Amino acid sequence: MTAPIMKRFAALFFLILFSAAPSYAVEIKEVVSPKGVKAWLVQDDFVPLISMRFSFKGGSTQDPDGKEGLANLMTGLFDEGAGDFDSQTFQEKLDDVGAEMSFNADDDDVTGSIRMLAEKRDQAVDLLTLAVNKPRFDQAPIDRIRQQIVAGIKSSERDPNTIAGRKFAEALYGDHPYGRRSEGTEASLNSITHDDLATFHKHNFARDNLIVAVVGSISPEELSPLLDKVFGDLPEKAELETVSEAKLAFGQITRVDYVLPQTSISMVYPGVRRQDPDFFPAYIMNHILGGGTFSSRIYNEVREKRGLAYSAGSNLVTRDHMAALMVNTATRADRANETLQILKTEIAKMAKDGPTEDELDEAKKYLVGSYAVNNLDSSSAVASTLIGLQDENLGRDYIDKRAELINRVTLDQVKEAAKKLLETDPAILIVGSPQS
Amino acid sequence: MSFVLSRALAVFVLVGASTLAVVSFLPARADTVPQTAKAIETTNKDDVSSFYLDNGLEVVVIPDHRAPVVTHMMWYHVGSADEEPGKSGIAHFFEHLMFKATKTYPAGEFSRKVAEIGGQENAFTSYDYTAFYQQVAPSALEMVMTYEADRMENLILNDDVVKTERDVVLEERRSRTDSNPSALLAEEVNATLYQNHPYRMPVIGWLHEMQRLNLKDALAFYTKYYTPNNATLVVSGDVDLATVKALAEKTYGKVPRRAEPGKRERPQEPEQNTKRTVSLADPRVSQPSFQKMWLAPSYTSAKPGEAEALDLLSEILGGSNRSRIYQSLVITDGTAASAGAYYQGGSLDTGSFGVYGSPRGTATLTEVEAGIDAQIARIIKDGVTEDELEKARNRFLKSVIFARDSQAGMARIYGSTLSTGQTIQDIQEWPDRIRAVKVQDIQMVAQRYLVDSRSVTSYLMPEDGKPDQKSDNEPAEAQQPEAPAEGAVQ
Repeated sequence: MTAPIMKRFAALFFLILFSAAPSYAVEIKEVVSPKGVKAWLVQDDFVPLISMRFSFKGGSTQDPDGKEGLANLMTGLFDEGAGDFDSQTFQEKLDDVGAEMSFNADDDDVTGSIRMLAEKRDQAVDLLTLAVNKPRFDQAPIDRIRQQIVAGIKSSERDPNTIAGRKFAEALYGDHPYGRRSEGTEASLNSITHDDLATFHKHNFARDNLIVAVVGSISPEELSPLLDKVFGDLPEKAELETVSEAKLAFGQITRVDYVLPQTSISMVYPGVRRQDPDFFPAYIMNHILGGGTFSSRIYNEVREKRGLAYSAGSNLVTRDHMAALMVNTATRADRANETLQILKTEIAKMAKDGPTEDELDEAKKYLVGSYAVNNLDSSSAVASTLIGLQDENLGRDYIDKRAELINRVTLDQVKEAAKKLLETDPAILIVGSPQS
Repeated sequence: MSFVLSRALAVFVLVGASTLAVVSFLPARADTVPQTAKAIETTNKDDVSSFYLDNGLEVVVIPDHRAPVVTHMMWYHVGSADEEPGKSGIAHFFEHLMFKATKTYPAGEFSRKVAEIGGQENAFTSYDYTAFYQQVAPSALEMVMTYEADRMENLILNDDVVKTERDVVLEERRSRTDSNPSALLAEEVNATLYQNHPYRMPVIGWLHEMQRLNLKDALAFYTKYYTPNNATLVVSGDVDLATVKALAEKTYGKVPRRAEPGKRERPQEPEQNTKRTVSLADPRVSQPSFQKMWLAPSYTSAKPGEAEALDLLSEILGGSNRSRIYQSLVITDGTAASAGAYYQGGSLDTGSFGVYGSPRGTATLTEVEAGIDAQIARIIKDGVTEDELEKARNRFLKSVIFARDSQAGMARIYGSTLSTGQTIQDIQEWPDRIRAVKVQDIQMVAQRYLVDSRSVTSYLMPEDGKPDQKSDNEPAEAQQPEAPAEGAVQ
């Protein structure tokens, strides 16, 4: 049986089959701890390890004005001392246990993850519990990590594409927090104190903005008390600043003149939100236009037929407060204009006529079949997928429903999505030699 | 050797990469394939099996039934280090051409078939191997095997196809190397470290030689190296040995031995007697960094135990934030923003060992370099402790278990290792050999290989910078764009 057939089958009989025989050998259980912490679990004993991933809504958009980089700096400090252990002791213990722990801030969330050997589970969870609940934010690690981040900022401050990116973001996002630098600036980082970090942690690490996913060699019964241990004592409610919707400034061109071997071109169009009923029509349209790695129209016209670029394509991006369709390529300076014209022509064609019936069929088959390959190939990948599904409120049965959601999209819906997104005059960024 | 080129970039980023908590300054190592056999061992060694077809194709099967996905990778035992003089870049260029028409199927049909069922595919080239892979549902395994077998013998090329694709790889070079000062420097460091071995040439090729690669070169390369007896097929994921065997015989079994590429004998390194320095100053650079490299034997070329000792040496010296270099320079002295060490032991011929660092605050690059030199000198003089060795060893053994979590990762480890002169047994016995390394072995390889008078030091500097200059730039200005580096939850 081919995967797509199997998925249609599963979708039809979803109610009966879900718990007994999910089509993807991935059975998602919901575990709720005594204190009410929820997690999605995929139990799997193939490898004696456990991957846990969790996410707190908030992220860099929560950085106070003038303290840009706070969320990012905080994520560098969770393994730098917690509870009674200073930085050295904590890291030594983590190393002895053989667990890999990491934290990361993006614009909308702070995520954490840990990979541990099943046999060292309890020791690893103890350390994670300390990190999540009692990070110390000692001055010496703050200063060290801050300096490392500043060095990172400096290392790219003369890079023309970084400079251009900043200018473009400013033009695109205006005053919205998405336009700020999430790693901060030297000045903003220098203003951050221990108290800023402690307050940020308290406001952002709570129970009502938390999502948890666990994959690996652990049963629901074993997981339940661990959820309480790690997350059960966090504050009930997060204290988050409301973030407004980003209004992207389309219809403008940012040019950065710099003599470079290649000219890079970016074009930004409106996108659609994940929750929008038009999400899949737009997603399919993007796949046909520039999303497919070796199959899209842009790939064929720019690279395959003319050899103008190594990478050329488009990407549908959704975040909590914005959505956009972004087209990118980089080409030799003397053919940048030609390349830009080809992109514009392809986009206009898609806006006017949409895809063909054949293209739509191929795209659907790809998007249905690719899910397992793209999302389930390791326990970390499964854990990330579970976080994404929860974050977008897609439901535990989404993996089984997804094929049907894609297959029911009509050609007219895709054409409409193309018109809606691509008839907008885009924001354009061109970085390269002036004559182009 | 770690430099690997892929046929396509999968992710597009609008305006620079999203930010990282701490940026590391490892100079330009495009490191995507595991260096060594480090990451491997199946508890039950029988899980991994292998066999040969009559035409000489080696087949390895690694079952993992967690998800209905199979990874199919064809590894040709040819890379850029096998190229003829004057033809640099042909191995990678040819990898691109393998996606064109065959006698049996029109151009793009294989890719279309893979996409149609939601499969992923790509290809990459390194110094010692060229690999093509697809990740698909198990029911599509026969289909990908049929097409992969077909292009092993039936590719047809013409001048137009070759010229257009040559433009693509020239753009790839401009993207990866010419646009990136640290990549440009790394290219010339390699050309200095290796004085005679073809590892001195970039995988993507020198620009002036790439521009002249033609149809004749491509066909000659194909005829000489693309033959079942010069390849290893690795299939991992939701399959079993019997199925793979039957399908392999049905598809690849029909491809004749097309050539006898013979033993891989490349020009070897002469004795090296000089300390060399390579530096690049570029207006796009604002944060200086340095790197020091030595030739060191690879897992394949080393005497028994030496590669394992070098691997552990790099771990203890600078492999993690528990290492000597990190602890002394980043934590205690506070002179470095980043600093560490690495061993590249995954090549067929001589590999390399390196250390790197970048200053922070008011420290100079010279101070960072001196701090790292002092740590190396300490190990050469006094060796490492039992405790350090024990901890490093445990990290390696743990990585073996973690590696089994990724079916594609497992296929890469087996494929790259078997394409660089090692065996399945070598991979599976690696943990035992790591356990056998003694503290004296580590001191000995440090003394033998980290000899300053045979090193190559490189400096990446701002346009007007000097290594002993304080890295006290004007404050970084505000405002950065934020480009969504990720797509949508689809």
